[in-house]
Amino acid sequence: MSHAIEDRNRRMLRTRDTMDLAFAQPLDVPALARVAHVSPAHFSRQFRATFGETPHRYLQRRRVERAMELLRETDRPVTEICLAVGFNSLGTFTRTFREIVGEPPSAYRARFVGDGAALRVPACWAMAWLRPAG
Amino acid sequence: MLKRISHTFIHVLDQDEALDFYVGKLGMVVHTDADLGVMRFLTVNLPDQPDVELVLMLPGPPAYDDATAAEIRELVTKGAAGGGVIFATDDCRATYESLRAAGVEFTQEPTERFYGTDCALRDPFGNPVRFTQPPEGPIVVPSAEELSAQS
Repeated sequence: MSHAIEDRNRRMLRTRDTMDLAFAQPLDVPALARVAHVSPAHFSRQFRATFGETPHRYLQRRRVERAMELLRETDRPVTEICLAVGFNSLGTFTRTFREIVGEPPSAYRARFVGDGAALRVPACWAMAWLRPAG
Repeated sequence: MLKRISHTFIHVLDQDEALDFYVGKLGMVVHTDADLGVMRFLTVNLPDQPDVELVLMLPGPPAYDDATAAEIRELVTKGAAGGGVIFATDDCRATYESLRAAGVEFTQEPTERFYGTDCALRDPFGNPVRFTQPPEGPIVVPSAEELSAQS
């Protein structure tokens, strides 16, 4: 039994790594299920059992985390950042960002203006720890 | 006084598979492979760094009871065991290309960061591994014009 769990975990970790790498691309459940070699019907349930949230939610948080970095550390327009992290409408991006972070992207950015310093940690650390929590 | 780190430990799920990866793919060498009866003490090192050993530990009895070992295995495969290795390289892209050609799967392509260029992968079990190429040093050699202007 435990080997089955390990095998499932490893497959689910592979799909989570895929989201971390390819968050800007249009990823959907069938595409991620193919990465995991499981049926789309089982995929979301197994991912949630492994990591405690749905793959859709994980991907939203990953995209928002990447957007937060771009808002802090670049002066690219919000619309461009929205598209760069994988959202295809500004409305969805702003709503999702506000829901997860608690303030809209422009307000978040305003708090970091003039700061601009890169975080002094490896990227893997930032991506693991700075993803906004639920 | 403490001098340096000599050993660091990670959990693996299969020591032979770990050797295939850390030695066969990454180019480390076996430092110690000792059958202690109750366990196999297995360590590897980089060829140029024989005094730093990475211990490839198989979780199980008698150190851990079966249930605890199963929990460790679950955490490793979730990428949540907490262990991992960051290797320094003098050419991140070349290392990435050659290992990719050897069938190693990466979780992050070489990317420029303030701390250098790095890429990421996982070992076969889920432990995170990174290759980091430090940036060029801050030393700026003045040009001939600058030198002559100073004199």
